[in-house]
Amino acid sequence: MTVLWFFIGILGGLLGGMGMGGGTLLIPLLTGLGGVDQHVAQAVNLIAFVPMSVVALLIHARNGYVRTRGLTPLIVSAVLSAGVFSVFAQLITAPVLKRGFGIFLVILGICLLTAQIMRFIKKKRTKNKNQSPAG
Amino acid sequence: MNKANIRKFVQTNVMNNVRKKRLFGITAGILIGSINGLLGGGGGMLAVPALTALGLNAKQSHATAILVILPISIMSAIIYLAAGRADWSVLWSGGIGVLLGGAAGAVALSKLDSGVVRLLFAIVMIAVGIRQAIG
Repeated sequence: MTVLWFFIGILGGLLGGMGMGGGTLLIPLLTGLGGVDQHVAQAVNLIAFVPMSVVALLIHARNGYVRTRGLTPLIVSAVLSAGVFSVFAQLITAPVLKRGFGIFLVILGICLLTAQIMRFIKKKRTKNKNQSPAG
Repeated sequence: MNKANIRKFVQTNVMNNVRKKRLFGITAGILIGSINGLLGGGGGMLAVPALTALGLNAKQSHATAILVILPISIMSAIIYLAAGRADWSVLWSGGIGVLLGGAAGAVALSKLDSGVVRLLFAIVMIAVGIRQAIG
């Protein structure tokens, strides 16, 4: 099992490193393939995220991409609600939490798919526009 | 109406008011924190579009999303740990995998056609989500 968890971790990390929300697939892979309890899988993702994001944040900050102005209300409200809902998550049974996670994934997946298809269509349209005056 | 126009429209007509911007920040923060705390991940996927709506560009949004998620994850990780949800054998093998995969993913990002990767990712997400929601 240890080897399997390691490879699931690599897969989740790969997606996370590419900026596509690694945890969103790491958690279902750990529960579905790795036989890990839903709450434990969520804890793994939360804890593993901390060292990885510290490194990523330092790199991004050095490159000047991190903006902090006007973000205090967002961050404070996010931390407070995270505290409340993390406690709430402990009171929910694993099957219910798993189902909720699945629904969240489907919604997120549909949003991503739509956005990506729109991007492809736009790309094609601008390509056609650039070609038509020449022809 | 393209994306730049939409952003400009949002900035001039909706976000010009500091109070409205703060209200949007608080609302987005509550949503990001609740999802990330409840499901142990996924907050970053919501933080990026929220930051874009606040006027950040794509690179800034991705980088700053990490700044938003880091304190949330620390807060949630502490609560999950206190609730005894950490399984150290999963955490070590999976966590090291995540760190290695994360580094590799960050390097691979510049070499892959991220459009196709994103499309595949969205499809996998929907499939995994349906399995989670039904199973």
